[in-house]
Formats: sequence, structure tokens, C-alpha cells
Amino acid sequence: MSVSRIYAIFLRQLFLFKSNPTRLFGAFIWMVLAIVQWGFISKYLGAFGQATFGFVTVILGAIILWEFMGRFEHGLMMAFLEDVWTQNFVNFFASPLKIYEYLVGLVLASLSTGLTGLIVMMLLAGLAFGYNIFKVGLLLVPYFLILLLFGIALGFFSSGLIFRLGPSAEWLGWPIPIVLSIFSGVFYPISTLPVGLQFIARALPPAYVFESMRGLLATGVVSSGLAANLFVGALLSAAYLLAAYFFFIKVYRHNLKTGGITRFGVESAY
Amino acid sequence: MAADSILSVTNLSKEYGHFKAVDGISFEIKPGEILGVLGPNGAGKTTTINMILGILTLTGGKIEIFNQGVGENRSEINKRLNFAAVYAHLPANLTVRQNLTVFGLLYEVKNLKTEIEVMLKEFDLEKFADSKSGLLSSGELSRLNLAKAIINKPDLLLLDEPTASLDPSIAELIREKIRIYAKRKGASVLWTSHNMKEIEAVCDRVLFLSHGKVLLTGDPRRLPAEYGKKDLEELFIAVAREPLSLEENQ
Repeated sequence: MSVSRIYAIFLRQLFLFKSNPTRLFGAFIWMVLAIVQWGFISKYLGAFGQATFGFVTVILGAIILWEFMGRFEHGLMMAFLEDVWTQNFVNFFASPLKIYEYLVGLVLASLSTGLTGLIVMMLLAGLAFGYNIFKVGLLLVPYFLILLLFGIALGFFSSGLIFRLGPSAEWLGWPIPIVLSIFSGVFYPISTLPVGLQFIARALPPAYVFESMRGLLATGVVSSGLAANLFVGALLSAAYLLAAYFFFIKVYRHNLKTGGITRFGVESAY
Repeated sequence: MAADSILSVTNLSKEYGHFKAVDGISFEIKPGEILGVLGPNGAGKTTTINMILGILTLTGGKIEIFNQGVGENRSEINKRLNFAAVYAHLPANLTVRQNLTVFGLLYEVKNLKTEIEVMLKEFDLEKFADSKSGLLSSGELSRLNLAKAIINKPDLLLLDEPTASLDPSIAELIREKIRIYAKRKGASVLWTSHNMKEIEAVCDRVLFLSHGKVLLTGDPRRLPAEYGKKDLEELFIAVAREPLSLEENQ
């Protein structure tokens, strides 16, 4: 593995922000809007049920974590799409660059925007709504790790779809976080879902994070099954990441065989 | 593979379903040699280059570069080669300097900052260093592509129509840069072109491809006479229009 080559991929993405600062707007605006919108909704709902449930506490915490994961998936896919739009694959893959170095570079680039966005969201939630996500304590670390791994897995998967099906498949990648939010217990407990859908929820790592966090923030008590839940969530995230990585590699090899890399970006070829 | 070959291609083939894009071709490039690969559109030139670069898998045959098989050692091999092609775009939304930085890092070039300054000067790109590549003219873009192609001082340079769509004056400038580089470094070059005068002027040897097969090979200055043609252009037209008659001549 070459640090220089990984840095090249990371730097290529960084240069895009440097040469066109309006990209920064796209990277952070959705996160900011989500905090503002859900902050006010939570305040409004809190006026009705404040005695029994801290809406701001529970919903803003969930939004910060969910946006981090969802924007990470989008960030990784966007970084990949930059190379699709500039038809850059021939030059990249004809260099000594290895496919996993390319992916690590994309992850680092998305991590830099994802973490910056996270800080912005935390500051905004604190300043505008008096919300402090650190109330969760050290449990934030496993929560973020589980969601980060799952976000990377989703990014690899959506990029793999685009790599396999062609540039227009980006439209399959954008809605993934919204679709998954239905099953992941971000805004409501998974017990709200019909029994059949609860099975889907249990197969998704975020459900373990949000169920655990909701319980913790609502009651202030660390439940006895929390460690086991987080372990299952982490295991699932790692499994999805491996599966998504191998999916991307399989698509890459398919494209090496069919000539897809040399023609990539040509919509009609797919 | 002959011990003194930089590149050895043996019985190489590429099939897409029933279509044979490259059909059992074999050739070598010696150190310092400039080999021209000619042929009509669809003859298999670019497919062959893509397989040499490792961005297209082979259906059959073998490619050895620097005495190593391409499949398993692609990354190591590609450190010592590079390429430029009209269809291989550098990111248009990066500046000239940013592009050279990214590709210099990809090829793990030592003293990269200094090398970039040398390249900018060598290819007369200093005044465009901070301009986005997408704003460059065809000639400037070709110079940038070439600067990227030799930033790692490759021992093998693959050039797929490097002067296509350039005016004669800029094309001559680009040819000269490549010739100087190849001579100074002792590098081998595989060069495809549809400009027969260019091939005559630059290449030590040519290879004519047609329908994925090597039809004939030899010295570009002597080959036309050997096949009863006035010049290389007439020979090219014959290859493109009636390849079978030339095969019978062999």
C-alpha cells in the first residue's frame, strides 16, 4: 500500500474544494438545514410532551448521527462521481494505483468533509438549541464507529452500482439514506414498525445505535443489553463493509474484462 | 521473452463474445526503440495498449514488461511506464499544476515540486500553471498530457495518437519533445498514429494491424517498396481496404 498514492486521491478531492469554494456549500448546507429544521420541530413537539419526553434531546441527537452517516455515503459517492464526470479512470488505473488505495483515498476525502460537517452540526445544535451531544458520553465513540463503517459500506455499494450500471445509476445512490431511515429507528422506535419490517430493521446496524441512544437519552440509564446490542451493530457494520468492498472489487474486475474502465462515462455504452 | 526486450507480447488476444478485437498478435520492443503501431480504426491498436497498461484483461496470450508478467505485477510495472492518449482526459477541473501534483504522487515521483517546475518549463506551460486544464487549447492540453506522461521518467512510453487534432506546427513540437525524451532517457516508445509522415519521421519500426492481426512489420522507410507501394500512406490505404491481398504477399 502506498501512502503517496492514497494521498494523491485525497488531494485530488481537496483540490476541487480549493479551486471551487461553492462546493463547500453543497457539502454542509444539508446538514445545517437538517439541524435547523429538526431543531424547531423538536422544540414545537417538546412544548406538548416535555414532561415525559425530551424531544430536542432525542431527535437532535439522532439527526446529528444520521446526517453524519448519510452525508458520508453521499460524500463518498460524490468523490467517485467526480472521476466519472471527468472521465478520469483510464489515467488513474493505468498508473500504479491499486484499487484499494483508490478506495482508501476516497474514504479519507469523505471523512474530512464528514467530520467537518459533524463539528458544524454539533456547534449549531449547541448554539441554537442548547443541545449537547456529549451528554451521551463515551458511548458516542461506538455509535459513530458503527455508523461510519456502515456509511463507508453504503458509499462503496452506491459507487459500485454506478460503476456497474453507468453514470445515471447515481439516482439509485442518492435516496439510500432516506429509504434506510424508515427501518433504522432514527425518528421512532422500531417497535412502531409492522412485525415484518422489524426484521429488516434488525438487519441494519443503525437500528442498534438509535434504539440504544433513544433508551439512554430518554431514561438516562445504560440498559443491560446495551453492550450486546452495540456488538451486534458493529458486527453487522463490518459485515456490510466487507460485502460492499468485495462488490466494488467484483465490479472493477468485471469492467477490466469488458473494457468498461476505458469507456466509462459513456452513457450509451451501458 | 528475449532478454533484451522491454516489452514482449506473445499470441495476445481479446474477445468480446464472438468478436475478436485482437487476434493472436505477437511483437517485441527493444530498449530505446520507437515502434509505430498502425492500422485503420477498429484494428485493435487501442485495445492492445489498454491490455499493456493493465486496464483491460487479456482473453489469451501473454504480456511481459521489464521481464515481468503484466497480470500479477501491474502496479510495480506501471511505475516504470506511462502513457498519453487523446481519449484519456486529465481532470479538467484541476489546474495544470494540481494535475501534475496528483499524477506525480500516483507515480511516487521523488522531489516532485522540482520535477513539476522542470516539466512546466520544458513544456512551456509555466504561464498556464494555475489555469484549469479544461480551459487549455488542444495544443496546450497535448503538452500537459505529455508532461504527465513523462513525469515519472518512464522506460516505456505508450502514446495513442499523441498528435491527433493538432496543427502541424504544434504536432512537430510534440514529436520533437518525445524524440528528445526517448533519446536522452534511452526509453522505448509504442506510438500509434494515422499520420504516416509522422510515423516515417519518428519510428524505427512499424507494425500494421488489421482486424486484430499483425499484417506486416518492418522499417517504415523500406516497407512501402517491399509491397510495391509508393509510400507509407498508400500502404496504409491498402491495409485498410484490402488486407487479405497483403496477407497473401507475405
